[in-house]
Amino acid sequence: MHVFADPSNFDAYVSGFLWILKLTGASAVFALILGVLLAAFRVSPVPVLRWIGAAWVTVFRNSPLTLIIFFCYFGLYATLGVSLSDDLNLNNFWLGVVGLSVYTAAFVCEAVRSGINTVPAGQAEAARAIGLTFFQTLRIVVLPQAGRAVVAPLGSVLIALCKNATIVGTIGLIEASSVMKQLINDNGDAVIPIFAVFAGTFAALLVPTGYLFGWLANRLAVKR
Amino acid sequence: MSTSTVLYDHPGPRARVRNRVLSVVFGVGLVALLWWIYHKFDQAGQWEGWLWKPFTKPTTWTQFILPALGQTLLAATTGMVLSLAFGIVFAVGRLSDHWWLRMPAGVVVEFFRAVPLLIMIFFIFYGVPFLIQGPVSAFWAVVIGLTLYNGSVLAEAFRAGIRSLPGGQSEAAYAVGMRKNQVMRLILVPQAARAMLPVIVSQLVVLLKDTALGYIVAFPELLQRGVNDLAANYGNIVASAIVVAAIFIALNSLITMLAGWLDRRTRQRAFRTPKQTAAPGPTTPGGAAVAEPQG
Repeated sequence: MHVFADPSNFDAYVSGFLWILKLTGASAVFALILGVLLAAFRVSPVPVLRWIGAAWVTVFRNSPLTLIIFFCYFGLYATLGVSLSDDLNLNNFWLGVVGLSVYTAAFVCEAVRSGINTVPAGQAEAARAIGLTFFQTLRIVVLPQAGRAVVAPLGSVLIALCKNATIVGTIGLIEASSVMKQLINDNGDAVIPIFAVFAGTFAALLVPTGYLFGWLANRLAVKR
Repeated sequence: MSTSTVLYDHPGPRARVRNRVLSVVFGVGLVALLWWIYHKFDQAGQWEGWLWKPFTKPTTWTQFILPALGQTLLAATTGMVLSLAFGIVFAVGRLSDHWWLRMPAGVVVEFFRAVPLLIMIFFIFYGVPFLIQGPVSAFWAVVIGLTLYNGSVLAEAFRAGIRSLPGGQSEAAYAVGMRKNQVMRLILVPQAARAMLPVIVSQLVVLLKDTALGYIVAFPELLQRGVNDLAANYGNIVASAIVVAAIFIALNSLITMLAGWLDRRTRQRAFRTPKQTAAPGPTTPGGAAVAEPQG
């Protein structure tokens, strides 16, 4: 553990995980907004909107995230000149957030859409039969049931997003995985403790999150 | 009459007119957006012929893209075979009657599912050489990383599959005198594998995409050779990224279609157990790919 007794190494470790948390937080917000919007597109009665949603999901769900992040940096920033901040680190951070968000939005969209599909058609038919309007049906009958069905899949999307945030290291943001690589290269005699600390931190963050979402999903599940 | 979607009724004349108007409005918006993207690319000079010309030359394909595609597919298939084996072993381990088998198997599966693949690959590629006093090839760093992660995900899928089988299956097998090992091997695992086939195939999409992480440790796969090295030669990074993305999307769409076809096929067969037919889950085209997205 002597590696982490060195303050500069410990600071690197902390700042690496802070970047991961910031990336996860910012991307989660954007991906959730974008994903719900895309899901609304995909279930809308307007064909053009359905096509946009479907195209987005096909393109971004089937592309490797590494390629998307790579494109955000070398394509958007270096070639097309899209700059998101004057600060080099912050620019990489926001480019990473763009990549993570557009990718994760595709998964959020699919999770929300399948959540809506778990509501039996009879529920909406019954709501219409008693005279509720479209928005009343949505607000009082469909969305509350769909929201509960969506908790578990959104939990796994969030966990995957947190793990995927390490890929932003590819474009030069010194996040946890880059810090670990650097520490391993500098301290060949302490490879296992370094790995144990980094992997252990991720496990300590994500295993409880997984159980929390599992518990929530069970608690909120609609009994049919 | 039951509608295909829960959200809205069959459109009447007014709704049809409204939908048509909205279609036109959003269609115009979409065309404007696409034109804007085209214009931005044009301003940056990305439609210049010389950027796309390399893709008409056979040497680009024979030197860069096809060998790289071969490496990507080799890593993906090796990873798939190994992670299937890993998944079955650890799923059975987690369902064991002995706590000293169940506990470690559970810890291993939970651990590898929680640790980012990149952390695993970095550990294997940069860390393990210090431990074994010899180099680890990028190929094996990627394949072992993929195996540990996807194997753990598959272990959970198999376990869920085995547990979803009706208890009568194993009871009947024990009743005809099978041993624990035979019940698992001959009765439970084959049925679980079949029930979980769509999930397993969707995991292949994840695995294939994750091979792109090999780029980070300089494994000569599609992103490394087809985008990085190719663009270093021709200076056409946006063009080659688009071509490589198209290859990935085409490959993964094929696998997704295969998953959808397998799903429909297993559904059609009378094999489905009563417990599962009682609650027919809504089928999403593209299977359960939502489950575990990863780079």
